[in-house]
This record gives sequence, structure tokens and C-alpha cells, in this order.
Amino acid sequence: MREALDQWDFVLAAYALGVGGTLATAIWSWLAMTRAEARRDRSREK
Amino acid sequence: MHAFANPKRFLGLARWLTPLCLGTGLLLTGAALGWGLFVVAPDRLMGETVRILFLHVPFAWLGMGGWMGLAVASLVFLVWRHPLAALAARGIALPGAVFTALCLATGSIWGRPAWGTWWVWDGRLTSMLVLLFLYLAYIALAQAAAREGVSARIPAIFGLLGAVNVPIVNRSVVWWNSLHQPPSITLGKSAIAPEYLVPLLVAAFGFSLLFGGIVLARMRALLAETQAEARLRRRAQSLEAEAA
Repeated sequence: MREALDQWDFVLAAYALGVGGTLATAIWSWLAMTRAEARRDRSREK
Repeated sequence: MHAFANPKRFLGLARWLTPLCLGTGLLLTGAALGWGLFVVAPDRLMGETVRILFLHVPFAWLGMGGWMGLAVASLVFLVWRHPLAALAARGIALPGAVFTALCLATGSIWGRPAWGTWWVWDGRLTSMLVLLFLYLAYIALAQAAAREGVSARIPAIFGLLGAVNVPIVNRSVVWWNSLHQPPSITLGKSAIAPEYLVPLLVAAFGFSLLFGGIVLARMRALLAETQAEARLRRRAQSLEAEAA
């Protein structure tokens, strides 16, 4: 007998993981870029 | 291509292209996923889980496409020694690994209600897992090479050799029996109904722009780190020379 699974639980889990993972990577990359460029600009001023 | 090997010219282009790619990518992806989640009707066979394809398929394409980009950048570095090509390969590695991991995770979540299992050791899933391990190995190798000041040729050769796995991932559902469905979209042909195909293509384009924006941001970060370190090293050398 097949289990009765609510398909929406799986859909929402996939969307949360996919969107969250992509956004986290984009935000982290953007922040790492601004930090690295600020560090380079500071090293120019010294 | 050679013109953009100049870091100054690259930065001039990347400064406006990075926010443009990320912003447009966010808008398109958001619209396509909203379309897939709230507008598209459930599929006759897959039911509501068809909505997972709008995430899973772009992740799979970009995971594989990312490694092809990494291999091309590695080849350019090995042939022409453009330092920006090595940075491009390193910039691709992180989003490539993340998208491959997300492809595996969303595929697994889709597999549970569709196949009755989270995972099977078949050709497609296993070769995709191998691709994730290749990305992780490349990231470790490239970081070690940069930290130890070793030539970037070693990760570049690894990047080229790893490209052998991409056609294996692509053809795995044709070569071996698999729970995974055969290719639904090939060049010029699609077995997917337009109702699902259009939001899927919009999502794929949006995720591609996000991927591109992340790669540019990673490249700019790596370039800035390299420039800052080179400047500090030069300053330390001149201070040492003055002291002597």
C-alpha cells in the first residue's frame, strides 16, 4: 500500500531550499566582493 | 576575448554588469517561480510535484554548464596564460558546487513522492554526485594553490580532466537503465507541454543571470584580494629595502 503524502510539503521544501540556497550564495558573494574591494581601496590609500 | 583579459577593462565592465545580472536574475527568477508555484496547473501524472522542475532543471543545467565554463576558462589559462581566466574558473566553482548540490537536494525531494525513495545509485544521480565532488575537489585544490603560491596550472588541468564527467551526466539516462526520466528537452525538441516549458525557460534564464552575477562578484572579490595582497607585499619589500 502506498503512503498518502502531501505533495505540497515536498514542493514547499524544495522551493525553500532552492530559493534560500541561491539567495544565500548571491548575498554572501556580494558581501565578500564589497569587503575585498574596500580592503583593496584601503591598501591603495596607505 | 583577449581584450577582456585586461583586469582594468574587466572591472569597468563587471562594475555595471554584476548588479544588472543579479537584479534582472532576481526579478525573472522570482516571476518564473511565482508562476510555477501559483499559476501552473498540477500535472496529470506528477501532480503538484511538477512545480519542483522549475528549480531542479535550471540547477542541473547550470551545474553541468558551470563545469563546462570552468573547463573552457582552464583551457584559456593553460593556452594563453590569462590570469583572469584562472580567476573565472575559481569564480565559477562555488556557484557551480552550490547549484549542483541544490539539484541533488531538490531532485531527492522530488524523488520521494514520485519514486517512493529519496535516493537510488543509478547513473544520473551518481554521476551528478561525482560532479559535486569534483567541484569540491577543485575548490580545495585552487585554494591550496593560491595559498601556497603554487602555479594555477594544477587546478586548471584538473578542471579540464573533470569535464569528462559532464557528457556522462548528460547521457547517463540514455546509456543506463534509470528511474530518472530520459531527456525531455533536446536541441530544437521538447516533450514538455508549453504550459510548463515557458515558465521553465524563464526560470532557467533568470537562474543563469543569477549564476553569472555570482561568478562576476566572486571574480571581483578574488581580483581585489590578489591586488591588495600584491600591494602589501610590494610595500613590505620596499620597507625591508629601506631598513637595510
